[in-house]
Amino acid sequence: MSEMNEKLVFDRPQAVIDRPTHYCPGCHHGVAHRLVAELLEELDVVEKTLLVTSIGCSVFLYNYLNVDAVEAPHGRAPAVATGVKAARNDKFVFAYQGDGDLASIGMAEILHAANRGERIAVVFVNNTVYGMTGGQMAPTTLIGQKTTTCPEGRCLEREGAPIRMTEIIAGLGGTAFAGRASLDSVKNIRTAKKYIRKAFQCQLEDRGFGFVELLSACPTNWKMTPLKANERIADAMIPYFPLGVFKDVTEEGGEC
Amino acid sequence: MSRIVIQEDRCKGCLLCTTVCPTQIIVQSDRFNQSGYKVAEVPGPDMEKCLGCTSCALICPDLAIKVYKTPKKNKGAA
Repeated sequence: MSEMNEKLVFDRPQAVIDRPTHYCPGCHHGVAHRLVAELLEELDVVEKTLLVTSIGCSVFLYNYLNVDAVEAPHGRAPAVATGVKAARNDKFVFAYQGDGDLASIGMAEILHAANRGERIAVVFVNNTVYGMTGGQMAPTTLIGQKTTTCPEGRCLEREGAPIRMTEIIAGLGGTAFAGRASLDSVKNIRTAKKYIRKAFQCQLEDRGFGFVELLSACPTNWKMTPLKANERIADAMIPYFPLGVFKDVTEEGGEC
Repeated sequence: MSRIVIQEDRCKGCLLCTTVCPTQIIVQSDRFNQSGYKVAEVPGPDMEKCLGCTSCALICPDLAIKVYKTPKKNKGAA
């Protein structure tokens, strides 16, 4: 029988702990976790990784990734990661943050960590809403998007425009890699993995700050089915948050 | 013949896997798992159409899918 020589071509990475997650159906956090875990294994840094987790739905990340972790106060993951890296320069340090965490209360920390060129990496999951606290408006909420704190839809005049974080981070001197990818399709997920790899390598090669934004869905707070929410990423988010690499010193051949 | 194995107690029934399958063999079943989600499944005979492309497993947020692939034989023996 042909089953005799079949190969297991896809299984959960060892760095992801084998337990159910608390995420809603269709939430892309699980995909982001897997990409990060696979890369930690491929770069062979699982044993020397120190993860800094944020506040938000990703708060329990230390329950899902089989690495040592520090829990940071709301928005302060880049500041904590700076300290962790300063204390243990031999470790691989990365932070994992959502948009409510990174782009609002943690705006100062992320900008200065990037500008100083801290040798850390940040994975930024952008779902345009505060997920854990019940769907309030985030700095990244799209114009017209209804949330519990802007029930009529976000208004450009009143609340301002959604913040494009990757473009801001790319404009800072210490950034070695800044890219935006999406988790809504197989092709985009593969690209996302490439970007996270580059961001991680910037730290391993001592080039500077690595930053990856991942567009993801929040079906519960968008009040959509998982399939509709997944479609919304391509329909509404990617036109406003263009995908691509915004800064990459490894391509320029320059030193940071 | 390639095949996938869906871990039903992990499946949350989001059905993202059904959108990426190039042969469209993954469908929602009539079964509920312990968490109350209607799980995804591949109806028995359809499994032969599986290409082992791993698309479903790549997009599964809950890592509920394992993919087994059988390399094609040169002589075309099925």
